[in-house]
Amino acid sequence: MFKELIGKRSAPSKNVIERGAVKKFAEAINDPAPIYIDEKAGKASRYGRNIAPPTFPITLEYGAIEELVLPTKGLIHGEQKFHYKRPLFVGEEVYGVTEIKNYYERTGSFGKMGFLVIERQGTDAQGELIFTEEQIIIINEAARKGMPV
Amino acid sequence: MTAMTEIKVGESLEQMQMPPVTRLDLIKYAGASGDFNPIHTIDEEATNAGLPGIIAHGMWTMGNLAKLFTPYVEDGFIEDYAIRFRNMVFIDDVLTLQAVLYKEEENKREFKVAVVNQKGQEVVNGTVVFRMYEVGMAG
Repeated sequence: MFKELIGKRSAPSKNVIERGAVKKFAEAINDPAPIYIDEKAGKASRYGRNIAPPTFPITLEYGAIEELVLPTKGLIHGEQKFHYKRPLFVGEEVYGVTEIKNYYERTGSFGKMGFLVIERQGTDAQGELIFTEEQIIIINEAARKGMPV
Repeated sequence: MTAMTEIKVGESLEQMQMPPVTRLDLIKYAGASGDFNPIHTIDEEATNAGLPGIIAHGMWTMGNLAKLFTPYVEDGFIEDYAIRFRNMVFIDDVLTLQAVLYKEEENKREFKVAVVNQKGQEVVNGTVVFRMYEVGMAG
């Protein structure tokens, strides 16, 4: 049961914000702005370097919570939030951690649905928080029981 | 482009209409994001999942929407970006990106943001809190 996993945290996972990965990502979201991909433009900016698009943290690793096993089908990404202390810099190291924040169920027009709230955090090499990310994953009852959806 | 400080409550950032969504858009996003869930790229898998066709990654749409704020990176940064995924996005959909300033508080500008499809449905909506680096006259 997901409820028993509330409060579980992963071990931190180390990421490096790679220039090539940021460029590919910026292009894939149709936002290849110089601040993300052009080294000169980054140097000339107020940041003195390139930054990553605000949704880039979705690509990073945050460690695994072994007990968390999600069904492969019947999942809906319901909500997504990012909160930043500052922009994410190209080239920096980010330590990602994931935590199960909440799980609750609601009955609606599609039957009983489960809502899993997952928080992820990214901290820099000095241990300062850069961003938090929250996802709400909606799990329908059929998927939860392991039935074909 | 209007400077962020000149935008008044009730006014919009310049909205942007995107070219029709293609399969290649989603294949590129799958590669760039690492999200290879096949309902986003392979027809059969989408059909098997009970969908009428392949659907865009919600995060692809959310990623595109943020671009309305990219011209303002020298003025501040996105402090909060919160989105609800409301409707599915299919191949050939024509999406429009929108942001309206609804609240101004010291160095924060709060926007209601949405992506609307060709039928006028909001496929995603939410808020962006943009934090300005300087407070202007307040100092």
